[in-house]
Amino acid sequence: MTETPLIGAPAPEAGSNAALAGARIGVVTFPGTLDDRDAARAVRMAGGTPVQLWHADTSSDVLSDVDAVILPGGFSYGDYLRAGAIARFAPLMSRIIDAANSNAKLPVLGICNGFQMLTESHLLPGSMLKNDHLKFICRDQVLRVENNTTAWTTDFDANQEITVPLKNQDGQYLADDKTLDALEAEGRVVFRYVGFNPNGSRRDIAGIANEAGNVVGLMPHPEHAVETGYGPGSFENSSTSTDGLGFFTSVLNKLVGGTK
Amino acid sequence: MPRIVVDVMPKPEILDPQGKAIVGALPRLGFTGFSSVRQGKRFELFTDGEVTEELLAQAREAAATLLSNPVIEDVVNVEVVAD
Repeated sequence: MTETPLIGAPAPEAGSNAALAGARIGVVTFPGTLDDRDAARAVRMAGGTPVQLWHADTSSDVLSDVDAVILPGGFSYGDYLRAGAIARFAPLMSRIIDAANSNAKLPVLGICNGFQMLTESHLLPGSMLKNDHLKFICRDQVLRVENNTTAWTTDFDANQEITVPLKNQDGQYLADDKTLDALEAEGRVVFRYVGFNPNGSRRDIAGIANEAGNVVGLMPHPEHAVETGYGPGSFENSSTSTDGLGFFTSVLNKLVGGTK
Repeated sequence: MPRIVVDVMPKPEILDPQGKAIVGALPRLGFTGFSSVRQGKRFELFTDGEVTEELLAQAREAAATLLSNPVIEDVVNVEVVAD
């Protein structure tokens, strides 16, 4: 995977920061995954090194080569049965679940379909239903970062508002009131929709974290907002949001022991 | 061929968006007598031979782990159908 950044702001030179480039972020491809290359490119633009992982890899040391994992968006297994339900039982997912729950606390980011895999695998509580309005929705979405202490959000300010694309069919986040109350009390609501709830999610929740903050899932797509000219914006205004880059720089800075 | 049927429904307290869409479409076809619709799933698990207690137990376990998500769905029926 050696895509070159195309148009817009100059991307960081590969290897311009040797410490960051030494951090290796695995990006998992399942049958039906769509956004793995975008996620890999976002990692590279943030200065890290993406590593392609295959869902059916059964080797026991498959994760020994990576410092964090991204479960990208798409329609794994065509969303058959339930979104993310079949991918959740892929051989690689068992390794990821163990590593995320281990003392090493492997950082894991689930985006859209990846978020659905995280709830199906019980790394994150709750579940996803079809959007309350029943339509697929694609829009530039404002989010508030309500927890900037997770592995994936330290480069954001507390309550910073960011704009990233959102595109989903089964994006209505749902959990029982007890679970929702606990998430709120423990500061595990990481992202909330601002101004417009695009899918009927309970309490405008766009993304959540596990207790340790190493596992984060969200419906919107930060990997689509990492480069000027290719993120949220309009035909008239090409200086578009690169707010998504913060997800990837956060985890890279954490991995190399730096601060923002 | 003997088979085990598993029925899964959205939990009663969960608003079923698909059911809502269907109940909206029914009157357009003249079916005006239905006040609400809930859409579930039916799975048919085929076995090579007779359905044993062990196979039935496996079907129940599969229903609870893979075929349904207990956060949003209930397994409402697991039964053997012989024909």
